Amino acid sequence: MSIDMSQFHEAFFEESFEGLEIMESELLTLDVGEGDVEIINTIFRAAHSIKGGAGTFGFMNVSEFTHVMETLLDEMRAGSRRVTQLTVDALLESVDVLRTMLEAARDKNDVDEEMVAARYAVLNDILNAEGGSSVESGDTAEVVAESVVATGQQVWSISFIPHADLLMAGNDPVRMFRALSELGELDATVDLSKLPPFNELVPEDLYLSWTLQLTGDVSKGDIEEVFEWVEDDCELSITLLNDATAEATSGSAQPELATAPVEASDAVLAEPEPTVKSTELEPKKKAVKAKKATESASIRVGIDKVDEIINLVGELVITQSMLDQAGEDLEANAELSASGDCGSQKTNADILLRLSKGLAQLERNTRELQDGVMRIRMLPISFVFSRMPRLVHDLSSKLDKKIELVVAGEETELDKTVMENIGDPLVHLVRNALDHGVETPAIRLAAGKTETGTLNLNAYHQGGNVIIEIKDDGAGINKKKVLAKAIEKGIVSSTDKLSDSDINNLIFAPGFSTADVVSDVSGRGVGMDVVKTSINKLGGRVVVQSEEGKGSVFTIRLPLTLAILDGQLVTVGGESYVIPLIAIIESLQVDRAHINAVAGKAEVYKLRDEYIPIIRARSVFGLEDCIDDLHESLMVIVEVDGAPVGIIVDDLQGQQQVVIKSLETNYRKVETMSGATILGDGTVALIWDVNGMVNVHKKKLNKGAVKA
Amino acid sequence: MSTLLEPVSDDVEAADNIHQNQYLTFLLGAEEYGVDILRVQEIRGWDSVTTIPNAPAFIKGVINLRGTIVSILDLRERFGIASVDYNELTVVVVLRVKGDGKDRIMGVVVDAVSEVYHIAENELKDPPDLGYAINMDYMKGMATVDNKMISILDIDQLMSLKDIDDATESGEHLAEG
Repeated sequence: MSIDMSQFHEAFFEESFEGLEIMESELLTLDVGEGDVEIINTIFRAAHSIKGGAGTFGFMNVSEFTHVMETLLDEMRAGSRRVTQLTVDALLESVDVLRTMLEAARDKNDVDEEMVAARYAVLNDILNAEGGSSVESGDTAEVVAESVVATGQQVWSISFIPHADLLMAGNDPVRMFRALSELGELDATVDLSKLPPFNELVPEDLYLSWTLQLTGDVSKGDIEEVFEWVEDDCELSITLLNDATAEATSGSAQPELATAPVEASDAVLAEPEPTVKSTELEPKKKAVKAKKATESASIRVGIDKVDEIINLVGELVITQSMLDQAGEDLEANAELSASGDCGSQKTNADILLRLSKGLAQLERNTRELQDGVMRIRMLPISFVFSRMPRLVHDLSSKLDKKIELVVAGEETELDKTVMENIGDPLVHLVRNALDHGVETPAIRLAAGKTETGTLNLNAYHQGGNVIIEIKDDGAGINKKKVLAKAIEKGIVSSTDKLSDSDINNLIFAPGFSTADVVSDVSGRGVGMDVVKTSINKLGGRVVVQSEEGKGSVFTIRLPLTLAILDGQLVTVGGESYVIPLIAIIESLQVDRAHINAVAGKAEVYKLRDEYIPIIRARSVFGLEDCIDDLHESLMVIVEVDGAPVGIIVDDLQGQQQVVIKSLETNYRKVETMSGATILGDGTVALIWDVNGMVNVHKKKLNKGAVKA
Repeated sequence: MSTLLEPVSDDVEAADNIHQNQYLTFLLGAEEYGVDILRVQEIRGWDSVTTIPNAPAFIKGVINLRGTIVSILDLRERFGIASVDYNELTVVVVLRVKGDGKDRIMGVVVDAVSEVYHIAENELKDPPDLGYAINMDYMKGMATVDNKMISILDIDQLMSLKDIDDATESGEHLAEG
């Protein structure tokens, strides 16, 4: 009876990744020093479930690796190991390695063995450093033994200290010893020191502990298998006695387990530090980014959301029967009047009133149901924000800066697809703020600021959008430097007149970087450009405000969802089109006095105090343009790459929410369009991609094909 | 059950001896063309479309096919045959097209649908080389039924995206001129 375990894999991975997240966030809250037992317990539990699951599903490398972490955590939990920055960092990095291993297992990729081995080494170093000087041998020796190849006759020393309640779980040491003796020659020594006086003895409790010596051709795994069921109910250490170094500590020391000298740990722990540094995270980055193709496509939905939808469907059913009733009454009236019977109780006007009421209710139901269904795809932004404390923690120590992260609005909900794609840009902006924004403590103090910089991460809803703010109280954008750099790189010319905000937004230009030194944190000049592009791709916008010496604020504006869009319907050449409302600044009627031609072809419009280019939608679409004089034409002013552009359309219609459909599924990408939608009358309307419109316009302008 | 059914179908195969395919044929003027009937999803009357800006002339536009956006291609214009006004007989044959690693649904506008024929594989003759007159890649073969010649089309080639991409470029030029 073989059960196909693979069907549970997805759930296992999902849970494991959640577990890793818990471990990560808890590790970050763990205080160096004593360490809150509750927090350590939470971390331990998460590690333990991952280990258990991985073992069950046969991901042995994962379970073995987690086991080593668990050993370390267990010592911390038992209070025999102090929580040091070193151990916390080592555990955090181990979480990364574990994540990589799990991802590799999920994607059926090969895991980077070297990286895992390096991480093993670091963990073992930490474990051994302790074990070498303190009495607590615990699993320390076990790890050493792991590397020893089992050949021929071996002498194993097994220290087995069961917890008092071992018997309660139905485990019997005698049975285990019998199993061991089948493996080889067994020599058992019992430790009676904990045995209480007879009158205090609880018969169900186990007070004994054993030191066993097993000789034979036995691998460590065989021995572990015997103890498999009691692993968590005892202190177990298995040492290979052939190995002289491992032997010394484990044999003699067990009885005084709980009294490990704490002061020893700090001194010893200083030593392995170089190892930690040398195995930096380089291989990890590669492995993590490798592939996310098989990322699970399921989402967890809160029961409240499902209940809400069920309620709405209930209301819909009521509305339907109400309309049904009205329809039947109308029919009955028609029959009655046909038969000349005027005794009908309900007048048609009466029914009509009910009908229109029902329709209004139907409209409301539909809208609410739509909202409700949409909300299923919504996840709190904490999914993305939760990555940030770790990032800030790692970066601030790397950059020798003191930074406090303040997160607000974590519960703000965002579409899953948007969420998946906003993570990387957000990480980049945070990195950027830490690297370029917040100054080093020395500079901050000199500037009269507090030593610790603050990074605010805030998310909230505004209208149909989600706003994410990344605000630092650092140096702000050095406008002179930015401008000089931009001129040097040929992004703007020195004669251009730029407003302060124009200059600030230059940092989003491709190939721009002001970092004097290109670090591995940021400064290669690809970042901000990519950030802007990916946010634009999501239908969002990013702007920066900055004050020198005070700090900068990056504001990202994103649509709530990618499936529905608020649009402005316009007509061009007899066809209806939808312009995403998020792109529109305003719509106006052209006044002849404000139109100017440049170089005889490009038209510009004077909008208040700025000149904006005019694009004729008809010429972009290659349609006959019969309007010479644009006076009183309708112009929609949209924002393209942060600058306003006026697009001339034939007519403006209403505003409407539309469901986005792909054009690419059954056709191909159209440069000027981002998709299509189906209007109320069943016809198709294409949705403009204003960036694409401008690109096509420029192409045509360059070919001299457009009279504009 | 299945053990009972299988021999029967085998017998049918054996009796025919030659594998037969069904083809739906349609008319473009006097010419008759056929497509593999298994690729035909549905046949519907001509309805107005939403035009796509800057698309080549043979791409008529897109329609809403029960919630899916489907592009419509005019076969006359694709072949460069003089186009006619659409009338009540004009139909759209909705086809499943394979290519570029995915299936697409596209419609072709034809004058009228004609018949469904059984044509055995060996009845399909290679088309003669007609030089530049028509792109031979679109042709799967030719067959004669009731003394009529039918050109069997390879719709995957005919509607491949690559071709449409190229055509769009020229379409843009046309639009500009």
